[in-house]
Amino acid sequence: MPGLDDLYREIILDHYRSPRNRGELPPPASHAVGHNPLCGDEIEVYLDVQDGIVTDIKVGGQGCSISQSSASMMSQAVKGKPVAEVRALVHRFKSMMSIEEADEDAPEVKLGDLEALQGVVKFPVRIKCAVLAWNTLTEALSTSDAGGDTTR
Amino acid sequence: MSHSTLDVAAIRTQFPILSREIDGQPLVYLDSANTSQKPRAVIDAMSRFMEQSYAPINRSAYRLAAEATDAYEGARSAVRRFVNAPKVHELIFTKNATEALNLVAMCWGRANLQRGDVVVLTHMEHHANIVPWHMLVAERGIELRWVPLTADGQLDLTTLPQLLDGAKAFSFTAMSNVLGTITPVRELCRAAHDAGAIAIVDGCQYVPHNVTDVQAWGADFLAFSSHKLCGPSGIGVLWGREALLDAMPPFLGGGNMIADVRLDGFTTAELPAKFEAGTPPITEAIGLGAAIEFLEGIGMTEIRRHEMQVADYALRTLTERFGDDITIHGPTNVEHRGATFSFAFRDIHPHDLSQVLDQRNVCVRAGHHCAKPLMRVLGAAATARASFYLYNDESEVDVLADALDSATDIFGF
Repeated sequence: MPGLDDLYREIILDHYRSPRNRGELPPPASHAVGHNPLCGDEIEVYLDVQDGIVTDIKVGGQGCSISQSSASMMSQAVKGKPVAEVRALVHRFKSMMSIEEADEDAPEVKLGDLEALQGVVKFPVRIKCAVLAWNTLTEALSTSDAGGDTTR
Repeated sequence: MSHSTLDVAAIRTQFPILSREIDGQPLVYLDSANTSQKPRAVIDAMSRFMEQSYAPINRSAYRLAAEATDAYEGARSAVRRFVNAPKVHELIFTKNATEALNLVAMCWGRANLQRGDVVVLTHMEHHANIVPWHMLVAERGIELRWVPLTADGQLDLTTLPQLLDGAKAFSFTAMSNVLGTITPVRELCRAAHDAGAIAIVDGCQYVPHNVTDVQAWGADFLAFSSHKLCGPSGIGVLWGREALLDAMPPFLGGGNMIADVRLDGFTTAELPAKFEAGTPPITEAIGLGAAIEFLEGIGMTEIRRHEMQVADYALRTLTERFGDDITIHGPTNVEHRGATFSFAFRDIHPHDLSQVLDQRNVCVRAGHHCAKPLMRVLGAAATARASFYLYNDESEVDVLADALDSATDIFGF
């Protein structure tokens, strides 16, 4: 069995203890809520998108160290990035989680701190924890495409 | 621990999986409220049936088919005895307890509930005893009322007469899958009947651990699963009073459940076939019968007494070792609870806790336990849950406690 050190890397625990970009953004920020129906974890993502750039992001919700640290690192990684680049990052992250095919021709996207979540792949039941924030982000991006918050 | 009423070491040898080691360590299986492990007697009965006696039931004239039918009906008789039902044809084999509760909601509910009719549930129900009723709210506008809980996780019965006033049905669990709380079933059935409502008992958690007597309870329906009482998954049971079952429309349509089918309609078979459309889980019924005989051989009174001892030891050990760092939900008096414990430990999320415990092969459930309304009452999104059965003993409480200590090391609380 892979050791817990592969899973609970120090940087993950740091983001869990001190999550970055916690909070909410007022409308017209786009907003999405993601649930993990199996375990009850919940992630909320608020996005300000202006001229095709994610100018601000806030994250709410509750969950385990993996889901919360993934959300925290994600928020840092996407803030200030063009939407196209954010989508590429989502794809890159999901390929690392081995739930999407890696795209050989895709432009190089740097994961930075997110590489620390690589070890999650060795614990397949936890992949859904790591990916929850990213699915919620994708949903927030599509509500943003549709002209803002569709959840209220 | 030698003072147990059960010879747990001898019982454990009858469960092949419990001799399995992972990473050189024994399995500490504390997830029996989720699903129980299977004794050799059940595994062998199912293998033997498939090797020697397997055939269709109720529909062929040859001797092998008659033998299979007898075995299947023998399992029904075992279930009747196990829950002390008046009549053997009042027992319906379903897929699981969930399907049994859905059968009641869909068949009894549709025949008896109109817009504005009231069904009373409790805050500690499993989703299987909530969602089918929500579906009737959506379909025909029935009203749901909820029995709240006391601070220590028992049913707060102070307003029960008002809640039941005018109600058509009261559907409640006999033992909470989250809190371990055992509810006063006989009293609840009587209160339902006093109000003119029927009493539907979700026995999924209770029946595997206690003596069950539907006649002493005065219940109208009882639902439970095989897989939580050492039997196979894929089969569950609905018991219902004959008069109620007879008056209900059928559930699924198909083979076996009909008396006659014509181009212009059909008539239903007699009980229990009326509610058993299609080829049932035959081998699983044999396994369920074997599981019941296995449990009866040990004795449900003895199993309950053993689990009260383990529950008492677990409550004392965990609170002595961890004090305010652990919050165990549910009653502290083992007279009112089974050996199922949901708990919060320091600020460690239940998933993380479960992951760390798994390093020591301690298997616990982490999550909302299919009881999200109750989790909201508890103010938790998720809990960790350790649940004990006849094959667990006090030494596994100690392993759990040691493993909890190691979680602290990792998260540094």
